[in-house]
Amino acid sequence: MSNEITTPGFLGWVDKRFPLTKVWNEHLAQYYAPKNFNFWYFFGSLAMLVLVIQILTGIWLAMNYKPSAADAFASVEYIMRDVNWGWLMRYMHSTGASAFFIVVYLHMFRALMYGSYRKPRELLWIIGIIIYLAMMATAFFGYLLPWGQMSYWGAQVIVNLFAAVPGIGEDLSVWVRGDYVISDTTLNRFFAFHFLLPFLIAALVFIHIVALHKVGSNNPDGIEIKENKDEHGVPRDGIPFHPYYSVKDIAGIVVFLAIFAAIVFFAPDMGGLFLEGPNFQPANPLKTPDHIAPVWYFTPFYAMLRAVPPMFGSQFPGVVVMFAAILIMFFLPWLDRSPVKSIRYKGMPSKIALAIFAVAFVVLAYLGLQPSTPIATLMAQIFTVLYFLFFLLMPIYTKLEATKPVPERVTK
Amino acid sequence: MRKLIFASILLLAPALAPAAGGGAPLQAANIDLKDQASLQRGAGHFVNYCMGCHSLQYMRYNRMAADLGIDEATLRQNLIPTGAKPGDLMHTAMGAENAEKWFGTAVPDLTLVTRWRNPDWLYTFLKTFYADPSRPYGVNNLVFPEVGMPHVLAGLQGIQQPKFDEHQGQGGEVVKKVVGVEAAAGGSLSAEEFDKFARDLTAFLAYAGEPMKLERQTLGIYVLLFLGLFFILAYALKKEYWKDVH
Repeated sequence: MSNEITTPGFLGWVDKRFPLTKVWNEHLAQYYAPKNFNFWYFFGSLAMLVLVIQILTGIWLAMNYKPSAADAFASVEYIMRDVNWGWLMRYMHSTGASAFFIVVYLHMFRALMYGSYRKPRELLWIIGIIIYLAMMATAFFGYLLPWGQMSYWGAQVIVNLFAAVPGIGEDLSVWVRGDYVISDTTLNRFFAFHFLLPFLIAALVFIHIVALHKVGSNNPDGIEIKENKDEHGVPRDGIPFHPYYSVKDIAGIVVFLAIFAAIVFFAPDMGGLFLEGPNFQPANPLKTPDHIAPVWYFTPFYAMLRAVPPMFGSQFPGVVVMFAAILIMFFLPWLDRSPVKSIRYKGMPSKIALAIFAVAFVVLAYLGLQPSTPIATLMAQIFTVLYFLFFLLMPIYTKLEATKPVPERVTK
Repeated sequence: MRKLIFASILLLAPALAPAAGGGAPLQAANIDLKDQASLQRGAGHFVNYCMGCHSLQYMRYNRMAADLGIDEATLRQNLIPTGAKPGDLMHTAMGAENAEKWFGTAVPDLTLVTRWRNPDWLYTFLKTFYADPSRPYGVNNLVFPEVGMPHVLAGLQGIQQPKFDEHQGQGGEVVKKVVGVEAAAGGSLSAEEFDKFARDLTAFLAYAGEPMKLERQTLGIYVLLFLGLFFILAYALKKEYWKDVH
């Protein structure tokens, strides 16, 4: 590979002024990805696809949506009925929100399995967690916009979490809402944030990819392919991202879109999970719904919040636990002490721990959707502890367990 | 393969949560959104019996007419109140302040009733009013206890008497609970005719809750067929490129 790129014609003219061919090569045509990517490696590109779907449908929805307490609910129904293809934009956007979280949860689970957070990918992982936080904020702001009963009372519950902060809580929650209750003012500012944040996410995704292409992609074996290069400096186990993974990802994208379309066209409510029934009633500040549950992608953390009993007459410990459940992910790269990266070569304790973690997450998600009962609360407490033990005990079980030898080259 | 199964379980996890319910068992509405005659009858029932108090404030007369195969002359003659235009939203003539004054509560708009409830609930609700002298309008409802609305369809259905279940409570006191209704008496419709009436009305409101439902399902089939063809090509292309990767 020569450093000087000489392209003829118009492309040459551009290349002298902008590194077009250079960028194309560095990130696609000569970006070498391990050749043993499996099923789990579709979800990164799928997450980008969903982000694009969300931004595009969101902009078109914003053309007819009215962020005011008096008009918001009616404007959504106006989009559903009177705007050409408005219903399609709206269902794609509401399904896309859930799809984004499903895809990102699978993407993160892939990283957990194959140790994609380990050195030298710590920053890559941390940027990813920041994206996840930004996604959660975006989803939270966006959920208020339809101004239905669940929008209203869900936002009420979450903003009240800030009120649990000792000392400054009340003022803090008023500052967030811009009012003493969720109101027109709150809706307006949430709309502003909901519009802004996706572009911040897009920028973070760009940074995520810059970091990825600096260190190179991990793979199911957790082997650094850059450590075994041929005479041209090309990793022996690497293949150019384009055309190999571009064509493979297209096939994956079509499968994803088929599932996505099946939901959008045949089950947009997803039995009340993607569009909650009570949200088809306009927000009514005087009538609290019997059972307030956030959308499913927040419920693992909601279950943890409810699992922690009030201490000293304050809900604050629950709030701390809930945020700690997310923040602890930042420390993951330094909690894992295993000499190997991939679950394939780790010992049984790591495998069991990861399985328990996955089960705990799903069970907590389920419990967060259900009304609180003593048994459900006890279950939530047990699984909250298991969730944290996965992280807190990691330095011990990853260090003590026997690992299998890692092969020189990637396997099938 | 094992991973595929595991991943699909993860994907399905949210769907495993049961739908919320409660109250009396619901009866199946068995509505058919493709049955335009049923929807037309339901629209007539709504305008004649419900719209005195309830609006469909997100639904337009002409949209309804176009979707239900009602011509403009019939629409103007039978379904639009005097003074309203075909392009108008279907507002009730009763103002919100009057509703508060007369019923003590705002009368809910019904455009989306089958979406925050569901068609079966609505069908059962229409059918299970029963006599209860303790209520202001003399009636109560099996799936909507303490309902603040009169039995508007009593002239058609007649009045049903409640069936009670009496048993000893834990403290030895007698617990009396409504568990069902006796057959109605005194209505102008037979039980079958009233079922059909309730079914048509439910079908119409289910239509009003999501007027584009049939359109989206039809379009969905074409989209899935297209993606199916696309997948064959995409997969063939992938196979061709990957032949030389070992």
